[in-house]
Amino acid sequence: MTTTEHLSKQFDVDLEKLRSHMLQMGGLIESQILTAIEGFYTGDIKALEQVIENDRRVNGYEVNIDIECSHIIARRQPAASDLRMIMGVSKAVTDLERVGDEAKKIAVVSKQIHESGRLQVPRLVDVRRTGSIVVGMLRKALDAFARLDSVAAAEVIRDDAAIDEAFRGMMRQLITFMMEDPRTITTALEFVWVARALERMGDHSKNMAEQVIYIVKGTDVRHTNFEDVERKASR
Amino acid sequence: MVATPAPEIASVAAAAAPLPPKKSESRGLGFHYSSFQALKNINMPIYENKVTALIGPSGCGKSTYLRCFNRMHDLYPGNRYEGNIMLYPDRTDILNPDVDPIEVRMRISMVFQKPNPFPKSIYENVAYGLRVRGERKRALLDEKVEEALRGAALWEEVKNRLDEPAFNLSGGQQQRLCIARALATDPEMLLFDEPTSALDPIATASIEQLLTELKEKVTILIVTHNMQQAARVSDYTAYMYLGELIEFDATDTIFIKPKNKQTEDYITGRFG
Repeated sequence: MTTTEHLSKQFDVDLEKLRSHMLQMGGLIESQILTAIEGFYTGDIKALEQVIENDRRVNGYEVNIDIECSHIIARRQPAASDLRMIMGVSKAVTDLERVGDEAKKIAVVSKQIHESGRLQVPRLVDVRRTGSIVVGMLRKALDAFARLDSVAAAEVIRDDAAIDEAFRGMMRQLITFMMEDPRTITTALEFVWVARALERMGDHSKNMAEQVIYIVKGTDVRHTNFEDVERKASR
Repeated sequence: MVATPAPEIASVAAAAAPLPPKKSESRGLGFHYSSFQALKNINMPIYENKVTALIGPSGCGKSTYLRCFNRMHDLYPGNRYEGNIMLYPDRTDILNPDVDPIEVRMRISMVFQKPNPFPKSIYENVAYGLRVRGERKRALLDEKVEEALRGAALWEEVKNRLDEPAFNLSGGQQQRLCIARALATDPEMLLFDEPTSALDPIATASIEQLLTELKEKVTILIVTHNMQQAARVSDYTAYMYLGELIEFDATDTIFIKPKNKQTEDYITGRFG
């Protein structure tokens, strides 16, 4: 990976801005997830509404970053690692925005659950723990982006399996509740949305990590098995 | 219902594609301007019916390399070649002193940076190479001139004024005239030395379009300072620096994932 500066200092400035905007967006989304999950437990309606409101900021980041990408392409005709960086950011930002959407979804569902007063399903469902794995994954993916670290990116891809496992666990629990007491079905189905949102966040973080490997190594690791990914990321 | 097979992922398909046949090849090519060594041990294939672009900073030897292909350096005393340039399929070594440079230039024509038509009519410019070769039949000359002008995408613009001086044409038209002149002798290879650096963007685009059409018939080697031009028109790209070939690969590879750090630095504008 080339780290030396361009002859055009402005080009370096533009690329640096792009990267830092993406990381800022990532920071905002991280706090969106944490607030939404906290609200799921506490029923802090104000905080949940704030998450819903903040999603507009997330969308604004996405649009602006895409504009920046097209400006850089139009003005600089980036090549090689610069080209891969722009392509990677442009794709990763779409995933990042969707993580934001999922956080908003958790906030909307949590608000519904608490406002309706239906809380028959014991909150054994492991949302908090899964949420913290997801946030850790997202953070690591963003870190890998910041440091262009393909090995860390490969770890994110591996971690996604843990999220998928946790999702299946939550589903089993919810199905058990529903079978034991059909009165819990309405709420349990809302919980399914939350679990599903977390699982999707993991997928999006994984996609972002794949972009890091593409930027650093120039190899597209999407739709390949994990052993391949690890080999390509470290080579 | 028959299921449509899934499209193959591009990178997998590219890896499986066989290389095209070689039209030419430099082997251990070195070149000296008296005591200065301008090219060092260059081994590179030139694939048939493909456009190969030579890029690199000023003074890297790309024009020197190009000129070896039609023995342009013979004109000055003290210049010295090393190694060979093979021309296929007949395996002629272009650099062999026994090979007549005039014969080489019939097979490998050159178009220069600035349009350089002869102070003659449009018609005579194109017919010149054929006349040198001894062709006198008017009907055949007419036919060849038209064919070459069509090949250079100039015929429609000049067919009614073939007897006008070539200098009446615009810069872009003059350059296409030079391409027609180069095509008239039915060359197997065309060499372009920064053919669009003196042209405006529209004329540049028409020359670039022409290159992609011409490669159906001839093999093209082009030197360009404009990296985007190399990316647009070429199939293969060679990056040269200080008289050495640093990297040669498919243009897509060079511009997306070059293997060499020096190449990367140059094409991303980090070269200081």
